[in-house]
Amino acid sequence: MEIFEIVTYFVLLLLVSTALRVVTTSNVIHAAISLVFTLALTSVLFLLLSTEFVALVLVLVYIGAVIVLFLFGIMITRAPLGKNAELDNDKNKKLGAAIAGSIFFLFSYILVNGFDGQVVVTSGSSTELLGEILLSRFVFPFELVSFVLLAALIGGITLARKDEALIDEDQV
Amino acid sequence: MTDVLAKVGFLALAALNGAIIFTIMDVKGASWMQRRPGPLHVGLRGFIFPLAEILKFVQKEDIIPTEVDRPVFKWAPAYVMVSCVALFAVVPMSPTLVVADLELGVFFALAISSLGTIGVLTAGWSSANKYSLMGGLRAAGQLIAYELPLILAVVGVVIQAETMSLVGIVEKQIEWGVPFVVGGQIVGFLIFMVAATAEMMRVPFDMPIGESELTMGFMTEYSGIRFLIFYISEYMNMFILCAIASTLFLGGYHVPLLPTEWVNFYGPVVLLTKTAILGFILVAIRWSQPRFREDQLQNLAWKILIPASLVNILVTAIMKVGF
Repeated sequence: MEIFEIVTYFVLLLLVSTALRVVTTSNVIHAAISLVFTLALTSVLFLLLSTEFVALVLVLVYIGAVIVLFLFGIMITRAPLGKNAELDNDKNKKLGAAIAGSIFFLFSYILVNGFDGQVVVTSGSSTELLGEILLSRFVFPFELVSFVLLAALIGGITLARKDEALIDEDQV
Repeated sequence: MTDVLAKVGFLALAALNGAIIFTIMDVKGASWMQRRPGPLHVGLRGFIFPLAEILKFVQKEDIIPTEVDRPVFKWAPAYVMVSCVALFAVVPMSPTLVVADLELGVFFALAISSLGTIGVLTAGWSSANKYSLMGGLRAAGQLIAYELPLILAVVGVVIQAETMSLVGIVEKQIEWGVPFVVGGQIVGFLIFMVAATAEMMRVPFDMPIGESELTMGFMTEYSGIRFLIFYISEYMNMFILCAIASTLFLGGYHVPLLPTEWVNFYGPVVLLTKTAILGFILVAIRWSQPRFREDQLQNLAWKILIPASLVNILVTAIMKVGF
């Protein structure tokens, strides 16, 4: 039990340090790579809570797809090696810190107040349970979320196609 | 603790040996198919040549150009290596000879295999070389495009087997009597193999490396041990993806008609044979086919493979519910 707690706090410490590096580094790619480590450590946290499915979804979707698309997008547009002074946004530093702090306190208040010491999943394989709950009790919100994704997809295509149509008109 | 260390050691050893076996197969295939006599005669009929290759790369100077982003450049091969080695953990050689029989084995394999892309992309960017950047971008486009059909092809198997554990999938095939490739997943198998070849970045999908166009793609600036890591990872990836394909579609460590009581004895041999056969097909394709064009590659993934794998899932699900 003790070693489990030590590992958890160690992972949390690493997590905070990599997360801080994401927002403090002045190189976009370094920030993206730090984000990879942040997400990997979050996934380790979920593993420690024995929710393997969520941990693997984090790796597959966020590291394997979202970050890769980030990197892809950054490299296609502009990605100078070395420091990028434009990224230092000193004006809004205080505002950012205030917002981050208030979100932290809000979330910790909700979590501590709502689940104080309560064990949420008691028995059975968490993955099977998750699947069953998602497709029975929460099937409506689950399907609703997929509509949001569909809307985002269509929106993305419309935005991307607009430029092409304009170019075509110019050529005509 | 010693248990964990032993498992990690076993993983590293298995990964390295798999890579060496496939390297030998690749160069011997090349010499056989293209009349290149070297690998047939040098050093015990060419069989110890990979050791010489490793020694050569280890001795070479590890050159790091001045303009590169040092930490990113240095660590990029590690992501690729880790993603390849970790895959070896879930493939069962027999019901008991498996490093970790995870409940979510298939999902783990797919999640971990997507990590390598980050290594390739960061290698391409941090090299401060236009050829490398082009190679990295091509690699990312290709790996994103072919990860989808790879995952969707596996979904058919998971529906049919009703489990995500790799041991469970093989047991289901033993129960069925025939491997899934005969029992309804032939389309899935073909899609998986095409997508896996693209994930390995081998001919005819080697545009990210494309020697004649991009020198060596994202590996251009690498030398010595770091190049060796990329080079070995390619063969590790080839070996393990062939092994996963054998497990998912070809019945893994079991062949029909062999007695299941003896599976612990013949299991590893059977799995290695199946893997080697798949690997040989890839080698034969590599040394006889030209490279695709970039737009053909993207069209193949988005317009043929992904719709085909979605139809495959639909048909599998209907068959599952209907019969």
